[in-house]
Amino acid sequence: MGDSQYSFSLTTFSPSGKLVQIEHALTAVGSGQTSLGIKAANGVVIATEKKLPSILVDETSVQKIQILTPNIGVVYSGMGPDSRVLVRKSRKQAEQYQRLYKEPIPVTQLVRETAAVMQEFTQSGGVRPFGVSLLVAGYDDKGPQLYQVDPSGSYFSWKASAMGKNVSNAKAFLEKRYTDDMEIDDAVHTAILTLKEGVLTPAEIEDYLQEVE
Amino acid sequence: MSIFEYNGSALVAMVGKNCFAIASDRRLGVQLQTVATDFQRIFKIHDKLFVGLSGLATDAQTLYQRLVFRHKLYQLREERDMKPETFASLVSAILYEKRFGPYFCQPVIAGLGDEDKPFICTMDSIGAKELAKDFVVAGTASESLYGACESMFKPDMEPEELFETISQALLSSVDRDCLSGWGGHVYVV
Repeated sequence: MGDSQYSFSLTTFSPSGKLVQIEHALTAVGSGQTSLGIKAANGVVIATEKKLPSILVDETSVQKIQILTPNIGVVYSGMGPDSRVLVRKSRKQAEQYQRLYKEPIPVTQLVRETAAVMQEFTQSGGVRPFGVSLLVAGYDDKGPQLYQVDPSGSYFSWKASAMGKNVSNAKAFLEKRYTDDMEIDDAVHTAILTLKEGVLTPAEIEDYLQEVE
Repeated sequence: MSIFEYNGSALVAMVGKNCFAIASDRRLGVQLQTVATDFQRIFKIHDKLFVGLSGLATDAQTLYQRLVFRHKLYQLREERDMKPETFASLVSAILYEKRFGPYFCQPVIAGLGDEDKPFICTMDSIGAKELAKDFVVAGTASESLYGACESMFKPDMEPEELFETISQALLSSVDRDCLSGWGGHVYVV
């Protein structure tokens, strides 16, 4: 507070035309736990690493993948608390749409509104951008869809994508493995194998692969 | 005289075989005096969705403008037309917003939904939806219209027969109502 010379918005442009805080937010995302999504022919799979700080943590209380509507789910990379705020706002927007039109919200509309919220926080006074990227996976009349939303508020539709740590390895792996006509079970399998690329231990892989089979 | 009877109106919509028809009278009056004989009460929202607004003419026009506005924005955002059921929910919400100072209109909504399945509904001036499988009526001539439709309606009529039926039902009903008449507009889709 006070009238310091530097009390301007955190998101003023730098001389090179970048918004430095957003770059930093993306760095925060890049050091978060890996998460990925794969769009299959008949559905979408999202997965994330759930590494807890200690074995004393009650893992059932940690929910990294959340539901926004009965047919839209979301996973994040970055700061957990920020993602909770976004999930809350998105759920409210989805419900408002449902109340007005008595129809479930299409995935693109929800993604657009969530992205608009994230963009607001890059252009308002006294707030900072969200330190999360979201992977929104949904199924509506247009079929299965997967969107990534960044702290800047930009959103992209993906066939398969990864975020967080190890993202280049994960994306390279996905590029090799992805096919347009994958079924959901193949996609789950591929998701687990991708996470294995530097994330899960071999023992955990065995467990999950067994479950899937 | 009630505010709903100030201008006079008659609206009816009927379901046929993969088609619907919506019809209205053409009179605009100021109580007992006729002021226009070509007044439009049925409006197109998109190729497969029509809405008719009975009741106070000024509210009908304003409400129509608001609905077109909302639909255009929906089309731009969602890159598709609104389904009739969705539109009906929207109209209901808009009417209820004005619960304690309502639009004095009774809308009749008619459209073709998924796979061209006909959809009709009406609602009261504060948004209480009334879905029907055969016909819906509104306006000052509604009581006569109920009787005429009930006796003339058959399910699964082809467009030509539907046109005849709805026209006869409308004309005979407005003949018994001094506040509506002067011809009719019929849309068959």
